[in-house]
Amino acid sequence: MSTCGLAAGAGPVYTEIKEQLDRRGVEAKVVNVGCIGACYAEPLVEFIARGQPGVIFGGVTEGRVEEIIEGYLSGDVSGAFAVRERKGNLRGTDDVPLLDEMDFFKHQTRDAIENCGVIDPESIEEYVLKGGYMGLKRAVTEMTPEEVIETVATAGLRGRGGAGFPTGLKWRFTRQAPGDKKYAICNADEGDPGAFMNRLNAEGDPHRVLEGLIIAAYAVGADEGYIFVRAEKPLMASRLETAVRQARSHGVLGDDILGSGFSFDVRTVLSAGAFVCGEETALMSAIEGKRATPRPRPPFPATQGLWGKPTVINNVETLAHVPTILRKGQEEFSRVGSERSKGTKVFCLTGAVRRTGAAEVPLGTSIRSLVFDIGGGPLEGRTFKAVQTGGPSGGCLSAEYLDLPLDYESLQSAGSIMGSGGIVVVDDTTCTVDLARYFLSFTTAESCGKCTPCRVGLKRMSEILVRITRGEGRLEDVGTLERLSRTILDASLCALGRSAPNPVLTTLRYFREEYLAHIRDKRCPAGVCNALLKGYNVTDDCRGCGVCERECPNGAITLTGTEDGGKAVINESVCVRCGICMDACPFHAIQEVW
Amino acid sequence: MIETEIDLVEELCVEHCIGGNPEAELIPLLQKIQESLGYLTKTSLLTVAERLRVPPSRVFGVATFYHQFRLRPQGKHIITVCRGTACHVAGVTNVYEELMKLLDISPHEDTSPDGLFTVHQVRCIGACSLAPVIKVDDRVYGRLDQERLGEILGSFKEQRPDE
Repeated sequence: MSTCGLAAGAGPVYTEIKEQLDRRGVEAKVVNVGCIGACYAEPLVEFIARGQPGVIFGGVTEGRVEEIIEGYLSGDVSGAFAVRERKGNLRGTDDVPLLDEMDFFKHQTRDAIENCGVIDPESIEEYVLKGGYMGLKRAVTEMTPEEVIETVATAGLRGRGGAGFPTGLKWRFTRQAPGDKKYAICNADEGDPGAFMNRLNAEGDPHRVLEGLIIAAYAVGADEGYIFVRAEKPLMASRLETAVRQARSHGVLGDDILGSGFSFDVRTVLSAGAFVCGEETALMSAIEGKRATPRPRPPFPATQGLWGKPTVINNVETLAHVPTILRKGQEEFSRVGSERSKGTKVFCLTGAVRRTGAAEVPLGTSIRSLVFDIGGGPLEGRTFKAVQTGGPSGGCLSAEYLDLPLDYESLQSAGSIMGSGGIVVVDDTTCTVDLARYFLSFTTAESCGKCTPCRVGLKRMSEILVRITRGEGRLEDVGTLERLSRTILDASLCALGRSAPNPVLTTLRYFREEYLAHIRDKRCPAGVCNALLKGYNVTDDCRGCGVCERECPNGAITLTGTEDGGKAVINESVCVRCGICMDACPFHAIQEVW
Repeated sequence: MIETEIDLVEELCVEHCIGGNPEAELIPLLQKIQESLGYLTKTSLLTVAERLRVPPSRVFGVATFYHQFRLRPQGKHIITVCRGTACHVAGVTNVYEELMKLLDISPHEDTSPDGLFTVHQVRCIGACSLAPVIKVDDRVYGRLDQERLGEILGSFKEQRPDE
């Protein structure tokens, strides 16, 4: 059970399962696990009996629990979502797909999230049974810090938080920086709308993240560390805290780790919430108890970080890859991926796609494979329009970029960024101008206010975009937006400002016609920008029932004739275009006119 | 009433100032105070400034910078509306507008006149696959539409005020 499962109703399902099993006197252990990433089928419940394959049921509701348990106990599992293996003698499995052969799973290569949804995240023993802390053991007992750094560097691991900086290099700089006191920080302040891979990772397998952090600390020579977790994601924070406590009592954290003489301890800090904390220097300001404003780099955190001491900061997912690299070797990690982007990456697929969720694929996988093979393509009756990659400071790429490989360089060349790996699919019912307006309203609000191009520039861009979506755009606006974007990109202090104009630049590049339709024709082709709605048309399906007349909050509707054949008439000058009449009409007789 | 508030804040200050760097304790301390009082009162912020020996401007600066901190009284239940990208695309704007209408909250306000609900907007709860999403206190509700919104609010209103 993770945040998404709970939102889908896993809580009551869990209680009901326990009750049903108790009532039947069935001896069974009901275990909470993290999320396997198939959010579209939540809540998921897996049944495992000795000698039988794991059977997973999807979309389980409280009301269905009894029926599922009855069926399972009688040996019938028809209607299940998936089975783990083809074995045992359960009935009805022939029609149930193998989990690994399902479209959503078969294209994936899992490393960082391999244990999510498989082990109990609150049990260190289960993590250890999966090979957990073996990487740490190898690092601290068999290798020097330099060898650890070399291994991670040759594996080709790059930061998964967005910038893609080589992790080994970052560690080496911190290692080589003079000073006795050093810090290692895990950045778990996931704030990108549309991205939840860190939450899923740390909720489902917190020990892996912690192990990665301890190895990082060993490599750079830090004795104190922080896990900086967003307060808006409380379950993630509590699972990490539990992991820290268990690790301490098992001797893998604290003094003299695994008898190696290396000591390191960590404290979890709740982030009070600011998007800019994703930026390293801003994050450190927050831990220091200040407003989270970035500072100029250099000096880089590797030489002058937290409280002026050399500091290494890594993202949750970056750290989640580290234990595997140490345990299985660098070759195993760099086996997949593209030339300059090695390994796998978790992408969060959301928006207008059939199967939403988190999928881990080799870097270099095409957008098409992620959206169509794994995600199942657009929803019934809709057409694919664009993907927004990299969160609010990423770019909006059109259908012609579907074969673009998802790696750091390719995305950048298309005007977008990898960011944390959020992929929001939009279809023909989304207006890209409105989408750009939305992202700019976000980055404008999240600008820390320290430097002028970002603070003032984004505000001006936002105002222009609002105007355009209201049908008050002017032709010169397009040029102004482009000019402001370039200035903000060039002159901002940190990555927030230096990427914030991306959504506007990419939508202007790939969907210019849509801007022009708003500005020139005062028309929103996607039918989203309400201010451009011309009005409503009452069709011949109207039976004169009067529902719309009663519902209209502004008294804009009158009925002509009360007998059969009467019809609603909308007074255009009174109508506020709220759409309530359209929703209320039982005969779907009121249509929008754009 | 005021005295107990000051007592509580003073107590928390003492707890947080033992050893270590008092300045670094500012954010965790404000989080604790907000947890106890529901929001950060002017008195509590001034007390913190005095106890940690930092200028009040620093304390107010931090309190107004981060999204988590509230400087006005909050309703009995906190409704958090996710305004993330996936929720935006899924039409959370309509859900939000409906919510404000149902709760009779006027623009520029965030708390219902009966003091039962305060509506917060956050950037992303991280349950994007279930968009649009809202949270009432600690419970997360996904795949929302306007009809379900009414049911959910109803279930909270039915509880007796002293519950």
